[in-house]
Amino acid sequence: MDWFYSFPHMNDGSLSALRNAIDDGFRGLTRSYGDAIEGLFQPLQAFLIWAERLLTGTPWPVVLLVIAGLAWLASRSWPIVLGAVATLLIIGWFDMWTDTMRTISMIFVCTVIAVVIGLPLGILMARSDRLSRIITPVLDVMQTMPSFVYLIPVVMLLGIGRVPGVIAVVIYALPPIIRLTNLGIRQVDRETLEAARAFGSSSWQLLKKVQLPLALPTIMAGMNQTIMMALAMVVIASMIGVQGLGQPVLRAINNQYFTLGLFNGLAIVGIAIMFDRVTQAYGRRLQKHQEAMHD
Amino acid sequence: MTDQAPDIEIRSLFKIFGADGAAYVEAVKQGMSKKELNARHRHVLGLRDINLTMHGGCIQVIMGLSGSGKSTLIRHINRLIEPTAGEVVIAGTDVVKMTQKELLNFRRYKTAMVFQKFGLLPHRTVFENTVYGLEVRGLSAREQRDTAMRWIERVGLKGFESKYPNQLSGGMQQRVGLARALATDAPILLMDEAFSALDPLIRMDMQTVLLDIQKDVGKTIVFITHDLDEALRLGDSIAILRDGEMIQVGTAQDIVLNPADDYVANFVRHVNRGKVIHVDSIMVPPFPGTPSSGSTVSLGTTLEDAAEVLARGDADGIDVMDPSGERVGHVALRQIVSAMVTPHFEASA
Repeated sequence: MDWFYSFPHMNDGSLSALRNAIDDGFRGLTRSYGDAIEGLFQPLQAFLIWAERLLTGTPWPVVLLVIAGLAWLASRSWPIVLGAVATLLIIGWFDMWTDTMRTISMIFVCTVIAVVIGLPLGILMARSDRLSRIITPVLDVMQTMPSFVYLIPVVMLLGIGRVPGVIAVVIYALPPIIRLTNLGIRQVDRETLEAARAFGSSSWQLLKKVQLPLALPTIMAGMNQTIMMALAMVVIASMIGVQGLGQPVLRAINNQYFTLGLFNGLAIVGIAIMFDRVTQAYGRRLQKHQEAMHD
Repeated sequence: MTDQAPDIEIRSLFKIFGADGAAYVEAVKQGMSKKELNARHRHVLGLRDINLTMHGGCIQVIMGLSGSGKSTLIRHINRLIEPTAGEVVIAGTDVVKMTQKELLNFRRYKTAMVFQKFGLLPHRTVFENTVYGLEVRGLSAREQRDTAMRWIERVGLKGFESKYPNQLSGGMQQRVGLARALATDAPILLMDEAFSALDPLIRMDMQTVLLDIQKDVGKTIVFITHDLDEALRLGDSIAILRDGEMIQVGTAQDIVLNPADDYVANFVRHVNRGKVIHVDSIMVPPFPGTPSSGSTVSLGTTLEDAAEVLARGDADGIDVMDPSGERVGHVALRQIVSAMVTPHFEASA
């Protein structure tokens, strides 16, 4: 009755042989293709460094003005613009300006990559039920797998630094924009689509003139989620060498500096709220055609 | 008009909904019923052997209750629904056999459609909705603008160009739908229960707008409705569908006077017959000698109009004249009244 009380499992020898085989295989892969793969990510590295230099190198009043201007363009709301400026001023006053700029530059790069990958994938998913059935479980894995786990192979392949950090962040932050692009396009009213088809729209015209514009508020909600999730990964990414607000937090954890951790943590919260309000206000503005309902 | 309005010929059209509709066409041709097809093979019979010629420049009404297949039928004309078997021939070309590219051009240049729930693009203004068909063709912004503004004005939406559909009432939204369809100047206009979602008064109003515009444009219009009064008012010819089968085709008067079966008879029972039946159908040969009264009516006058003329004088009968001014018949007040009220009236002429 032994098998009844203790779960019958593979014997220890073969289990460790299996683990070793997979590990060795992966290490072999890393040794033979590591350099090639690193070369592949060279443009990403350049993009990251460019974005970081742009934000940290530009004088702070200019950066502040540009961010305020972008916030105004997106939200057309003075309270949101003032809130953003105040947040950045406080962050600067507490000497976290440079780290914050590094973090914002990384979030920017991650969001761009997530949109470039996620938007087309979401569109393809909306067009094919089969593809949708294949991708959905992959997205589930990406969202639920503990992020430390996929940090391991990324670090083995690419070492420590910005690029593996960005890859880890993108893996974590990509699913919402894919899911919500898919959802947004599928939710477009069938009769509206039929009308557009009846007038001879090609499938490209249908996508460009009908599906994407009508799905845009939903897609923006996905982008908002993507940005929020990317910010949530900042601290974890700092463990593999991504600079920014995450590193002081990590230092604070290691040395039990409560205040250092709290300040940097609050800075992350501050820019998260800033991004959130601005993108949400933009999403609402996209739906202004639904505001003035008749009756 | 860029195009002569063409005939639309539908030949032995079948539509069977389901995974493998084509497999059951033969069985349906052999007489398998809709119920049997559904019970035994889990396929739904949409249309059975439809044959119909719609004449160029005329309004062809297709009427039936919900589920009769009328909306399915109209979607075969621009192939929004693929037929299971059959042909839809327009100007010598079978729409069913067109390639995707040909079909796209056919939809862009030959047909325009108006929908029951309007089918407007909610993120576009009235103006941007109206130009949609032209934009899809790749016309220049200038050409789009001139044509669209002309039609926006014609349907009575001037001043509303920059409103969004949500800001308009149902009747106004359907005017946008109509302007969008007319702006393409396509020779075929497909109207799928276009006025069914509107209030009765607005519906009458839109029917008037349509008839008025049709006088100028002379398109081939296919008009779907479940409302008999609308069918009788608009249709040069009316086709009645039931359970995917064509029951009767004819003019309003044909259908009111000679309903093909009980289904049609039930439909027409409550019709205002005076508005549909012409004096031609009930007149008797004219009395020899002098005219019976001062006033006359011409051939093709409805009973209601004839009664109105009679009511204005004191005679109890009226002479009917043909276009050349010859007396060709006579109707008595009594005949008119009995034809207007009697449900089972037999035509005497």
